Amino acid sequence: MLSFVARRIVIAIPTVILISIFVFGLQKLLPGDPILAMAGEERDPETIAFLREKYRMNDPVWVQYATWIKGVVTGNLGISLRTNQPVTELIAQKLPVTIQLALMALVFALVIGIPAGILSAVKKGTITDYVANVVALSGLSIPNFWLGIMLILLVAVKWQALPASGYVPPGEDLWLSLKTMLMPAFVLGTALAATLMRHTRSAMLGVLKSDYVRTARAKGLAERRVILRHAFRNALTPIVTLTALLFGELIAGAVLTEQIFTIPGFGKLVVDAVFNRDYAVVQGIVLVTAMGFIVMNILADAAYFVLNPRLRKQ
Amino acid sequence: MMAQPATPATLKPQLMTDPVLQKRPENRVWKKFRSHRSAMLGGLLVGLFVLMAVFAPILPIPDPTATDWGAVRQAPSAAHWLGTDEIGRDVLSRLVWGAQASLLAGVISVGIAVAFGVPMGILAGYFGGWTDGIISRCTEALLAVPFLILAIALAAFLGPSLTNAMIAIGLSATPVFVRLTRGQVISVKAEDFVEGAHAIGLSTPKILSRYIFPNILPPVLVQATLTIATAIIAEASLSFLGLGQQPPAPSWGSMLNTAKNFLSQAPWMAMWPGIAIFLVVLGFNLLGDGLRDALDPREH
Amino acid sequence: MTFRKTTLLAALLSATALSAQAADFRFALESDPDILDPDQSRTFVGRIVYTALCDKLVDITPDLEIVPQLATEWSWNDEGTALTMTLREGVTFHDGTPFDAEAVAANIERSQTMEESRRKSEVASITGTEVLGPHQIRIDLAQPDATLLAQLADRAGMMVSPTAAAEAGADFGLAPVCSGPYKFEERVAQDKIVLSKFAEYWNAGEFHFDTVTYLPIPDSTVRLANLQSGDVDAINRLAATDVAQVRNDPSLKVEEAVSLGYQGITFNIGNGERGDNPWGNDARLRKALELAIDRNAINQVVFEGTAPAGNQAFPPNSPWYDTSLPVPERDVEAAKALLAEAGYENGIDLEVQAPNTPVNLQLMQVIQSMAAEAGINISITSKEFATMLSDQTAGDFTASQVGWSGRVDPDGNIHQFMTTDAGLNDAKYSNEEVDRLLDEARVTTDMAARKESYDAAAKILNEDKPIIYLYHETWIWALDDAIEGFVPYPDGMFRLAGVTKSE
Repeated sequence: MLSFVARRIVIAIPTVILISIFVFGLQKLLPGDPILAMAGEERDPETIAFLREKYRMNDPVWVQYATWIKGVVTGNLGISLRTNQPVTELIAQKLPVTIQLALMALVFALVIGIPAGILSAVKKGTITDYVANVVALSGLSIPNFWLGIMLILLVAVKWQALPASGYVPPGEDLWLSLKTMLMPAFVLGTALAATLMRHTRSAMLGVLKSDYVRTARAKGLAERRVILRHAFRNALTPIVTLTALLFGELIAGAVLTEQIFTIPGFGKLVVDAVFNRDYAVVQGIVLVTAMGFIVMNILADAAYFVLNPRLRKQ
Repeated sequence: MMAQPATPATLKPQLMTDPVLQKRPENRVWKKFRSHRSAMLGGLLVGLFVLMAVFAPILPIPDPTATDWGAVRQAPSAAHWLGTDEIGRDVLSRLVWGAQASLLAGVISVGIAVAFGVPMGILAGYFGGWTDGIISRCTEALLAVPFLILAIALAAFLGPSLTNAMIAIGLSATPVFVRLTRGQVISVKAEDFVEGAHAIGLSTPKILSRYIFPNILPPVLVQATLTIATAIIAEASLSFLGLGQQPPAPSWGSMLNTAKNFLSQAPWMAMWPGIAIFLVVLGFNLLGDGLRDALDPREH
Repeated sequence: MTFRKTTLLAALLSATALSAQAADFRFALESDPDILDPDQSRTFVGRIVYTALCDKLVDITPDLEIVPQLATEWSWNDEGTALTMTLREGVTFHDGTPFDAEAVAANIERSQTMEESRRKSEVASITGTEVLGPHQIRIDLAQPDATLLAQLADRAGMMVSPTAAAEAGADFGLAPVCSGPYKFEERVAQDKIVLSKFAEYWNAGEFHFDTVTYLPIPDSTVRLANLQSGDVDAINRLAATDVAQVRNDPSLKVEEAVSLGYQGITFNIGNGERGDNPWGNDARLRKALELAIDRNAINQVVFEGTAPAGNQAFPPNSPWYDTSLPVPERDVEAAKALLAEAGYENGIDLEVQAPNTPVNLQLMQVIQSMAAEAGINISITSKEFATMLSDQTAGDFTASQVGWSGRVDPDGNIHQFMTTDAGLNDAKYSNEEVDRLLDEARVTTDMAARKESYDAAAKILNEDKPIIYLYHETWIWALDDAIEGFVPYPDGMFRLAGVTKSE
């Protein structure tokens, strides 16, 4: 087990290096001069020259990359060109916000997706199955930014039932925090619920056909018990793995959701940074997100390993 | 974008050597597909939008760029069935013409992804070794960067336009096809008939075209259909952020981008393009699902 | 015991104070300000935060007259090369550092010499300062500068604590220390900036909130939704299309002021190779385009009548506007005639770059369809603002739809755009006579003589048309009906003095 994880980490190292080169290169390719953008309406040539020097824009690209990597290794991701805040501090500020959003979306998705998936598998071929499938596919097909806009229009503007935007830290006011996050979590969670439902369904279908379940049924156990105790427990492995994988994707999916609901999280930070050409921020966030994604992948594999007794024995 | 109906993991090698499929695949598959009600519905939806896009020039609708300042942001009426937009253009007509942009964006960007991804996947899977190492590491690196962030950065790099949005989406979707193809090739390669072909000294191109390619085609086809759905949403998202279709040409995403400023005065401006995106994406998803079931030998 | 009594009393007092005044004023901005250092910052929204955070040497009235703030009075020498200012006494910065002539000298030096400073050009005319007494300072200039007081009424005149500035250096903006009515509490990027009342402020009685929170909410619909639900007390930049709706809502109200800036189309006259094109070479084409445009229709269609048409660098309601050059009416026939005269009777193409925001694109599409009727075939290239700016500076454009936020002194709207090789002259327009007139207006302190220079320059620019001015934006605020005492200023700042919230 440990050696398995260690091996995965070793394999991940070149990937991370590639990501860093890639992210850095992309930044250099972006049109638009960040220094010009930050020199202000007045664009004083002297200031521009100084800023170029200060942010080492005149160095050869590989020197710039080396400088950046040196910082990254020592835990210094540079400072935001726009606000002078250290990127690590920005990330520390934004990460909890996006994680809260992602967790709430995940809870929503689990509560809807798994029961629907089980039901659909058990009632395979019936109208329930059919409807559940179409609903799930619909959830996948709705552009979530549009869903967000429509919800704001309806729930926040027309009914004034929930706040239209913003973020309240749970430590400040838990109830308000949850209320503010409810719509965005719903929007982010729809597609996820659909994915979970479909995967639960197919995992359950596989298990329900297995000898193991047949035996349980033959033993005369109640159908309910067979499904929940025996079948679902076995179907759980791929579902848990998938959930770990999806959590990484959730963070990514927050990009547009945060934009729509003006949530000061990761996604909004990175999109605004791309538009403002705030290089250090884009580089830092994409690197951290990508590494997070890789970690989640390793965890997912580890979970698969742990939950699957047959693999463990090998 | 974030959750595709079929992650490559669910498209594990499925139909490597099905003898029946190899003989007369068309009939079986078609029969199965036809009996798949939701797939037919998907095909119908997609067909409808394709017809709309193709026949947009000859439909009896106003010019999608014709402005009328006397009729700005008018609610749906007999003259304008779906209302008018912020500079008095007919929303129905823009919706119909917008189908072109969306479908093109979906098909072309996936075309790009397939054109780059499949050959690279074959290279990695068939030759293995350091070729595989390099391609796989690059693919993993790209897959670790969130799809939409990658597309946004690429679109910003290339400059806002529909063509550039397609390129950006296509490139962002490429790694998925690399990984899918690679996995497929590796499992086909291990089959007896390929090893046999090797043994009798068949050349690599022959093996590729005769054995490998036909076997990777079905899952690529399924994935492509599903990715078109993803790509259409991605195009709409980029246009929504101002990085897609250029004005005054219509696209559903850019219609939504404008519409969000007039939500309370002209909700119809935001409603129709959203519904259109939803329906066409649903269509492709249903179609992809149907194709997968029809091409899946396990379910025979 | 006594101690306890006092604390109790203080607690009671503050409790009454709380109930007597609304504790928090929440204001929604359209974007997140950049660094909060008056010498380094560059965003418009940042200046709004400074109205509460940082006092300036002088302020303006809604009619753009210069009035005392930290300087109580001032006088010029006869040559107009020395400005002597008397400073307010008993003022301290938020960190307790006393505000005095030394502090002013340090601030001017900081604006001029700090490498990161974005204020250098604004205080370039200052050659030195002389501390005459604890509360008196003389600012020396090489030559008269009619714009200086207006500069000191903006970021260049904002006083930061010299102690804090020396300590923090370029990082001052992370925890700014000024002398305004509110002091910095915390900032969460893209989420909020919180200020709290500075009890020792010299005019504390005029400020009625304990804390002020600025919230960046980019989407105008969402901003309004927050106001409607009572989550914020006022919002900046209400969309013109939402004005009618807000007016109809008895719980809300609208305030407006025509801005000092302008919006227009800048042509590439001589910026690099792309300046050598029909549109850059032939003023008749630019005139034809202007004649093809119906500015009043733009105002109605895009801005619901809130953006007055304009054809000069100053809005028609400005004292600097040349009334002998009124906004021309649309005349498609005349436009066609001019095109024919220039040799394009069969029409001509024009590529215009514009920021990729919905309002700008809506504007350009309206212009596109107007121009088409005259035979001008406009193609719109939308770009992200950062890209557009660098393309514009590099001369990689034919025409560009851009604007200017406006300055209190007329010089700020025209000199840097229209004089040869000036910093913001992206058109690379160059005309000796215009240079002379605008330079002259800069060093003249006599208002009538300045006006003459600007009028003369306006006439030349009206012929050459390096910029087709289109309209002047109106600042529109929407407020909760409970908010009283807000005075709209043409500089678009939300000043909190005298603003109260009734319950």
